[in-house]
Amino acid sequence: MSTRKTLVVAGHGMVGHRFVQAAIERGLTERYDVIVYGEEPREAYDRVALTSYYEVGADALSFLPGGQYEDPRAKVVLNTQVTAIDRDAKTVALSDGTTQAYDVLVLATGAAPFVPPVPGKDLQNVFVYRTIEDLQAIEEAAKTAKAGVVIGGGLLGLEAANALHQLEVETHVVELAPRLMAVQVDDAGGATLKRHIERLGLTVHTGVMTEYIEGYTDAELVDEDAEGNTDGKVSGLKFKDNDEVLPVDIVIFSAGIRPRDQLARDCGLEVAERGGILVSPNMQTSDESIYAIGECAAPGGRMYGLVAPGYSMAEVAADHLLGGAGEFLGADMSTKLKLMGVDVASFGDAFATTEGSLELVYSDAVAGIYKKLVISEDCTQLLGGILVGDASSYGILRPMVSSGMALPENPEDLILPASRGTAQIGMPDEAQVCSCMNVTKGEICKAIHDEELTDVPAIKQCTKAGTVCGSCTNILKNLLTEEMEKAGKAVSKAICEHFDHSRQELFDLIKIGKLASFDAVVAAHGTGRGCDICKPAIASILASQFNGHVLDKKTVGSLQDTNDAYLANLQKNGTYSVVPRIPGGEITPEKLIVIGEVARDFGLYTKITGGQRIDMFGARVEQLPDIWKRLVEAGFESGHAYGKSLRTVKSCVGSEWCRYGVQESVAMAIELELRYRGLRSPHKLKGGVSGCARECAEARGKDFGVIATEKGWNLYVGGNGGAIPAHAQLLASDVDSATLMKYLDRFLMYYIRTADRLQRTSTWMDSLDGGIVRVKEIVVDDALGLGAELEAEMAQHIDSYFDEWKATLEDPEKLARFVSFINAPGTPDPNISFTEDRGQIRPVNFDEPVSLGSSIPVGAPQ
Amino acid sequence: MTSTTTVSGGFIPVCRLDQLEVERGATALVHGQAVAVFRTYDDQVFALGNYDPFSKSSVIARGIVGTRGETPFVASPVYKQAFDLRTGACLDDEGVSIPSYEVKVEDGVVLVGPRLKHPKRG
Ligand code: SRM
Ligand SMILES: Cc1cc2nc3c(=O)[nH]c(=O)nc-3n(C[C@H](O)[C@H](O)[C@H](O)COP(=O)(O)OP(=O)(O)OC[C@H]3O[C@@H](n4cnc5c(N)ncnc54)[C@H](O)[C@@H]3O)c2cc1C
Ligand code: SF4
Ligand code: FES
Repeated sequence: MSTRKTLVVAGHGMVGHRFVQAAIERGLTERYDVIVYGEEPREAYDRVALTSYYEVGADALSFLPGGQYEDPRAKVVLNTQVTAIDRDAKTVALSDGTTQAYDVLVLATGAAPFVPPVPGKDLQNVFVYRTIEDLQAIEEAAKTAKAGVVIGGGLLGLEAANALHQLEVETHVVELAPRLMAVQVDDAGGATLKRHIERLGLTVHTGVMTEYIEGYTDAELVDEDAEGNTDGKVSGLKFKDNDEVLPVDIVIFSAGIRPRDQLARDCGLEVAERGGILVSPNMQTSDESIYAIGECAAPGGRMYGLVAPGYSMAEVAADHLLGGAGEFLGADMSTKLKLMGVDVASFGDAFATTEGSLELVYSDAVAGIYKKLVISEDCTQLLGGILVGDASSYGILRPMVSSGMALPENPEDLILPASRGTAQIGMPDEAQVCSCMNVTKGEICKAIHDEELTDVPAIKQCTKAGTVCGSCTNILKNLLTEEMEKAGKAVSKAICEHFDHSRQELFDLIKIGKLASFDAVVAAHGTGRGCDICKPAIASILASQFNGHVLDKKTVGSLQDTNDAYLANLQKNGTYSVVPRIPGGEITPEKLIVIGEVARDFGLYTKITGGQRIDMFGARVEQLPDIWKRLVEAGFESGHAYGKSLRTVKSCVGSEWCRYGVQESVAMAIELELRYRGLRSPHKLKGGVSGCARECAEARGKDFGVIATEKGWNLYVGGNGGAIPAHAQLLASDVDSATLMKYLDRFLMYYIRTADRLQRTSTWMDSLDGGIVRVKEIVVDDALGLGAELEAEMAQHIDSYFDEWKATLEDPEKLARFVSFINAPGTPDPNISFTEDRGQIRPVNFDEPVSLGSSIPVGAPQ
Repeated sequence: MTSTTTVSGGFIPVCRLDQLEVERGATALVHGQAVAVFRTYDDQVFALGNYDPFSKSSVIARGIVGTRGETPFVASPVYKQAFDLRTGACLDDEGVSIPSYEVKVEDGVVLVGPRLKHPKRG
C-alpha cells in the first residue's frame, strides 16, 4: 500500500557492500530502492586481501564481479562521489553535479590513510596503501625504483613494506615508536619481530622521526603526473637528528588511518572527539534518517579499524531498518596474522593493564620466538597475551581468555615448546572440537553448563558447533553426557523432541508392537509429526525389520532423507551422484564400458571412489530414472551409496592371482557383499577381505574385516576410517566360511538392534559394557541365547532383498517424484549450472555475493 | 523483471492436491522461479522459495517435513537447517529467512500466489 522509499548508501567498500547484501537477503529491498554510490572506479573488493592484488589481480578480489547485484532493486553507481548532504531537503549532492533524494542515508565511507604534514609529501612517488589504484601506482613506480621506504611500522605499514619487498625494491621501514606494531605487541615482541624482518632483508628504523622528504630538482627528472603536478620525484628521506639522507625513490605513508567523516561534519552531524561519526548502538547518527557503518563510524565514540566489527555494524543497521532490536556492542580486537611469514598474535589484555596482573614470558632469540601470557594476580585466569614467531597456540589461548576458563596448574606449559613442556596439560578443554566453526571443547562445555543445554540440537544452535559438516556431532554428544554426569543429571536418551526413547528402545517397541509405519509408531509412542532426526531413524528401523521399499508411501516414503528419498546422493548444487554396486570391486570389461557409455551420454563427471567402485556425478533429479534404466538393463543394481546400509566389501586380489594369497579373498568379498547388500543399519557399514596378512584390502579399517589364514579366516569387527579412525578387533580366528558368516550375521543383527542412531560399530562396541569381550560372549559363545534368532532375522533379510532401483523403475507412482518441476517436468532447474575442469563437468561455485531466494519476484511487489 | 501470467488475482495453478505426497515437498515453476510446495499431515499446503541460502542450491522441496513444537517445518536436505513452513523463517539461525508465498486449494488444484508479508520478527 505504501509507496517505495529510497535508501542511499555512500561508499561501496567492504562494509557498504555487506550492508547492501544484508538488505537484499533480509528483504529490505521489498520496501526500498537502494542506490549505492562508490567513489572508486570499481565495485567493492576485498581490501583485507589487498596485497594479494599483485598475485591474483583485481578481478579475483572483487566482491561483485559484474558490478551489479542480482536484485534489480539495488543499484550500484561507481566513479561517483557523494559531495554533500542536505539534511533538510533529504538529498545528497553528487560529483557529477546532480542530486539524489533519500528517505534513508547510510554512510559507509570508510577511512583514509593519515598523511602527516611532512614537507615533501606532495612529491611524485609518494603513496598511500589503501586502494587497488594505489597499488597499481606503486607497482608502476617500482619498475624504475631502487629503494623505497614505508613510514609507519604498524600492521598495515609492515604489509606495505612486504609488498614493496616483493616488488624487488630495497625496502626500509621507519617507525616513530620504539618498536614495530606498537599497538599490538610489547617491546620484547617488537624486537623479535624486527629481527625476523631484518633477516628477510628489510631495514627497520625504530624510534626515528621523519623531518622531510627530499625531491630531485633536476628538470629531467621532473615530469608531469596525471593531475598535472610538476613537483619533483622523491630522492630521499631526511630524519631528525641525523644528517645523512636515506636515498629512496618511493615513499609510502602508513601512519594510521582517519575516519572519512567530512560529509557528516559539513552537515552538522555529531562526530566523536577523536574522529568518526558518532552513532547509537543501532548505528543511527544524530539524524535519525542517517546511519553510519564501518570505519567511518564511531559507536560509543570509538572507531574500529577492522572489517569484522564493520560487518556487524552493517548487519545491525539492516536489522534496525527492518524494525529489529539488534545492537552493536563492541568487538574483540584480537589479531592474528602472518607477516612476511612471521606469525604474530595479540589478544586480550596484551599489555598487562589489569591491576596486579602477572606476565609469563618465553623467549628464544635464536629461533625468533617470543611468547607472553598475561595472567590474573591469583594465577587462575588468562587475561591476554602476545605471540611472535609461533602463534600456533593462539587457537587454544584466545578462547581461554574469552571463556574465562581456569588456568592449568602450570600455566607456563601453555607457551613452552612441546618438547620442553613435558608435563601433560591434563585439559584437552582447549582442543578444537568443531573445526568447521572453530569451537573448542571449553566453549561447548561452558555452553552446556551455562545455558543448561540438555541435547545435541541445543548445543548446535547455541554454539554453532556441528552445523557444517557434522563430523563432530558424536563428540558433542559425549561432551554432553560427561557434563551432565558431572552435574549429577540424568542424560536424556530421547532421540529428539518427538520420542522419549533411544533408538534401541524404539527398535524393540516397534518390533514388539509390530508397528509398520511412522504413523503407527508416533501414535503409540510419540508426539507431533517428527523431524529430520527421528524420521530417518525410524525409516531405518522399519527397513531392517520389514525390508519394504524405501519409497513406499504407506510406510516409510515420507521419512527418508533426500539421499534415500531419491535413491542417490545429493551433491552441493542440488544434483545427484549415481553409484552402481560393483561387488568386491570386481567388474567385467563389458560392464565398465556400460558405465563409460552412460556417463558419456548423460554428461556425468566420473570418478573411482575410495570404495573400489565408480561414482557418476551431476545427474539432475529428472535424469535419474533414465540413467538407472540403462544401468539396470546392463545388469547393475543399486550400490546403496545413499543409504545407512552396507556400502562395499573391499577386496584384495587374493590367492587366485597373488603369489602370497592363501584364500580367495575376491570370491569371499563378493559373497559377503551380496549377502548383506541392502541391509539398513544405524550407520553405514563397510567390509573388507584380504587374502593374507599383508592386508592389502585394509580390512581392519572396516566395520567387519576378514583376513585369510592358512587354516581359514580371521574375523575382525569395529573398525573404521573417517573422522575418528578405529582399528577392528579380533572376534574369531581360523574359522571356516560357514562359521564366519554365522558370526557375522549375529554380529550385524545385534548391532542393528541395539546401536544408537548414527553410531558406527566401533563406538557402539565402546559403549557396551565389556566392549569386544562382551561382543564375543554374545556372538561366539551365544551367552544371551539370541544366536538363532539373530541368524533367522538375517536370513529373512537376505531372502527378501530386491533391487530398489529396479523396483522403482517398474512403479509409475514411485517415479512421479523424479521430476524437476511438478508443473513442468521436462524443464531443467535453471539454478543448476556446471563449468568444466580437467575435461569434465563440475558445479559452478556460488561464492559471494549470494543470490538469495528473497529476490524471487512473485506477483507485484507491494 | 518477470512477465506475469496472472491467473485469478496473481495465483498460478501448479498441480492437483493429490499429486502432492503427504509430508513431502514438490518443486514448482512459478514465474520462472523454483518454488517448493508442501502438503502437511493435516492437508494444509504451504509454499516457500526453493533456494536454500545455506547451501546456495535449489533444494528446499526435497527436505524432510515435520514439526518443532507446534511449528510445521522443513529441514533443508543439505545442511539440515529448519525453516518454518508458514513464514520461511529459519528456526536455527535468527537472521535468515526464505520467502514464503500465499497458497490456496480450489477444486482440488493447488495455486501459488504472491509473496507473503510477515510481521517483523525478533
Ligand atoms: C564417493 C566417496 C569418495 C570418493 O570419491 O572416493 C565418498 C563420498 C562421500 N562420503 Fe565417504 N566416500 C567414500 C569413501 C569413504 C571412505 C573410504 C572407504 O570406504 O574405504 C571412508 C573412510 C572409511 C570409513 O567409512 O570408515 C569414508 C568416510 C566417510 C565418512 C566418515 C564416517 C565416520 O565414521 O567417521 C562420512 C560421513 C558420514 O557417513 O557420516 C562420509 C560421507 C560421504 C558422503 C556420503 C557425504 C555426503 O553425505 O554427501 C559423500 C558423498 C558420496 C556421493 O556419492 O555423493 N564418508 N568415505 C567414497 C565412496 C565409496 C563408495 O564406493 O561407496
Ligand atoms: C592493506 C590493508 C590490509 C588490511 N588488513 C586487514 C586485516 O587483516 N584485518 C582486518 O580486519 N582489516 C584489515 N584492513 C582494514 C579493512 O580493509 C577495513 O576495516 C575495511 O575495508 C573497512 O570497510 P569500510 O567499508 O568501512 O571502508 P572501505 O572498505 O574503505 O570502503 C569505503 C568506500 O567508500 C568510498 N567512499 C568514501 N567516501 C565516499 C563518498 N563521499 N562518496 C562515495 N564513495 C565514497 C571509498 O572510496 C571506499 O571505496 C586492511 C586494510 C588495508 C588497506
Ligand atoms: S593382502 Fe595378501 S593376498 Fe591380498 S593382495 Fe595383498 S599380498 Fe596379495
Ligand atoms: S567439524 Fe563440526 S561441523 Fe564440521
